[in-house]
Amino acid sequence: MRRSVSIAGLAAALVLGIGVWGTGQKGSVTSAQEKMSTMEVRIDNFSFGPVALTVPVGTTVIWTNRDDIPHTVVSTDDPKTFKSKVLDTDEKFSFSFSKAGTYPYFCSIHPKMTGKVIVQ
Amino acid sequence: MSEKKKDELLHDHNHDGIDRRGFLKCMAWAGTGAFCVMKGGVLNSYSLSRMSEISTADMMAELSFVQISDSHMGFNKPANPDVVGTLKAAVDKVNGLSATPEFMLHTGDISHLSKPEEFDTVDQILKSAKPKDVFYVPGEHDVLNDDGKQFLERYGKGSKGRGWYSFDKKGVHFVGLVNVMNLKAGGLGTLGHEQLEWLEDDVKHLKHSTPIVVFAHIPLWSVYPEWGWGTEDSAQALAYLKKVGSVTVLNGHIHQTMQKVEGNVTFHTAASTAFPQPQPGKADSPGPMKVPAEQLRSVLGITDVNYVQGQHALAVVDSSLA
Repeated sequence: MRRSVSIAGLAAALVLGIGVWGTGQKGSVTSAQEKMSTMEVRIDNFSFGPVALTVPVGTTVIWTNRDDIPHTVVSTDDPKTFKSKVLDTDEKFSFSFSKAGTYPYFCSIHPKMTGKVIVQ
Repeated sequence: MSEKKKDELLHDHNHDGIDRRGFLKCMAWAGTGAFCVMKGGVLNSYSLSRMSEISTADMMAELSFVQISDSHMGFNKPANPDVVGTLKAAVDKVNGLSATPEFMLHTGDISHLSKPEEFDTVDQILKSAKPKDVFYVPGEHDVLNDDGKQFLERYGKGSKGRGWYSFDKKGVHFVGLVNVMNLKAGGLGTLGHEQLEWLEDDVKHLKHSTPIVVFAHIPLWSVYPEWGWGTEDSAQALAYLKKVGSVTVLNGHIHQTMQKVEGNVTFHTAASTAFPQPQPGKADSPGPMKVPAEQLRSVLGITDVNYVQGQHALAVVDSSLA
């Protein structure tokens, strides 16, 4: 978890750096990019919301468990691209997507819960 | 059908196995409770309100055991902030049964988060139960983070594979199955090839007259696949049990009592000792259901099972903690 957070920080710094580099051209685009650097997925009522999330390369996605029951966030590929520990209520997991692609994932405790992150 | 017979069901298993009317009538929802006796392939089902009409002979059992399930030690949300208290109440209920059960089955989700102290607490509470032996199968909450290693170390001594095993008691063959490991995205509970092969071999030499009790955490029948309440390859497991005259399947996981009869098999799910879950499809999700505090113990419970030797009967009785 801690490692992922520091990666998130790095990613944010990178996006900021790019923003500074391009100063004077399109300030509004810069702030939009800053906002895009992290995206949220809520785990609520045994489902991921949004089920499919599309993000730009470099985005850190943060999952938050809002249920009274623990869940996990595990990619369906093998070997696993990402795999959270068990998230109890209000616990978070984050992962930074550095490569374009489609990343399907599920809750390994309640496998009917599935979602995907599309990185462009 | 006369008024007196209203709650009684006579279901002939000697025909094609599935009687739709019987199937529907023998489903018991949380709080209603059912008592089922099977004799020579005919299942008699009574509501608990008519228990007094059942003869003493029917109640006399050679073997009596209790199923408890889903104690979720460590759970502390509004649906039940005191899972220690309700598990203790379940033990009191067991200790208060007229015939002391020989042993207990715990059908999984012993802990909420697989923490050592959660297992320790349950072990400690169950020590005060009159039956000293407890047979466990894991729920998905018991195998978090470590692929079931801790569960096997604590409860799986002498078991095969990822924790499955069988044993015999007074002419009844018991099989504990594990269907909470290696779950696949989008799927249900899974037994897996290795376990199925073991099961086929385990029951191969049983006589037709030997009753079998199969217990596992997730239901071995399709209760509500939309919520993951079923097991992908349970049909294969049940196919191996077709030659046996009487099969009783005991599950947990869905935190409510439910019963179904199909051919030679009676399926039964137990209440939780921790918190109730909604009826299939009656809520947005199967999460913990909050009921008024004074009603909580009426939707939690234990299951008492009696086998009457020579009568080919296994009787399943649910009791709430209220």
